Amino acid sequence: MLYKVHYTLLLPLFAWIFIQSAPNINAQNQGRVVSFSEIDSLLHNSHDTLYVINFWATWCKPCVEELPLFEEINEIYAHQPVKVLLISLDFIQDKEKVLLPFIKKKNILSEIVLLKAENPNEWIDKVDSEWSGALPATLLINNQKKIRKFFEKQFKHEELQDIITQLLKSEL
Amino acid sequence: MKKLWFFSLLLSCITCVNIFAADGLKVGDIASDFSLKNVDGSMISLKDYSSSKGIILIFTCNHCPFSKAYEDRIIQINSMYAEKGFPVIAINPNDEISVPEDSYDNMKIRAKEKGFVFPYIHDATQQIAKTYGATRTPHVYLLKNNSGVFSIAYIGAIDDNHSDAENVKEKYLANAIESLMQNKSANPDFTKAIGCSIKWKK
Repeated sequence: MLYKVHYTLLLPLFAWIFIQSAPNINAQNQGRVVSFSEIDSLLHNSHDTLYVINFWATWCKPCVEELPLFEEINEIYAHQPVKVLLISLDFIQDKEKVLLPFIKKKNILSEIVLLKAENPNEWIDKVDSEWSGALPATLLINNQKKIRKFFEKQFKHEELQDIITQLLKSEL
Repeated sequence: MKKLWFFSLLLSCITCVNIFAADGLKVGDIASDFSLKNVDGSMISLKDYSSSKGIILIFTCNHCPFSKAYEDRIIQINSMYAEKGFPVIAINPNDEISVPEDSYDNMKIRAKEKGFVFPYIHDATQQIAKTYGATRTPHVYLLKNNSGVFSIAYIGAIDDNHSDAENVKEKYLANAIESLMQNKSANPDFTKAIGCSIKWKK
């Protein structure tokens, strides 16, 4: 009984830590330019969250085709520690005239960052050694649960959802 | 007996994983020859290049922004190195049903627009891209001529900056060619770059 009381008291604290640790989702921040070091620290963080990290670009046809699947993830797993991050590899100079209008037109709600992708040879292997560099590519990662799954392909229909559901089940 | 069955299954699994891992050609492998149609209608093969020191084989295409960003640099590399014995062959492996812009007719148009003086050949069956293990455009295979037999000397990127030719720090391909011209191995002999996935036939 005593323990139960203590846990209940700690819940708001846990909630606060979770909110603090989750990256900011702010519409005004959509498409902000990041360096790979920021992505790298995300790949090494220890939050108990399943990050669904998709590398894409507005001009990549299969990437654009599969975007709705990532958007669905936000709704389906709204109450679970799953976070979608869309990392755009559009040309930096195209941010204002291509990327931002695309985000607005498609009304994309997942967080989008624009990677300043200098010397990809230095960082492609840090995402995954299996990645050849072709788009689209997706990494599912939860360091605390030692989950790391990489896919260099376009997902079809419910495939992504099935993988995430499996991973969340295996966590239990 | 059950155990034995399990182990044989495990072993066959390991073997099949290995087969997948061995997909495509690696540095040091013999380059597979081909006979593919150029934009001028002629057929192009490696054996046509027996007097070259090497060949710069670049999987590329019309539609991909990364390929477009590199077109001028590919033209420049050809004009720098063709006369030194390393000519460019550009090869388009994309399925024209998925990407009509990459059809043979559109390749002819693009080659004319950009004034390609090197072959731009059509891998219509995608067999050559599969054999080489190309996955993206652009994807470079630098071949070295060893007395009539071409081997792979370098696989990877043209340089380290696709979006800005002015700010390139590492000219991977040019450095690899320079090394071959000095009878040295390319270092690095394998690099990666972001590119458009090759659009495979469905």
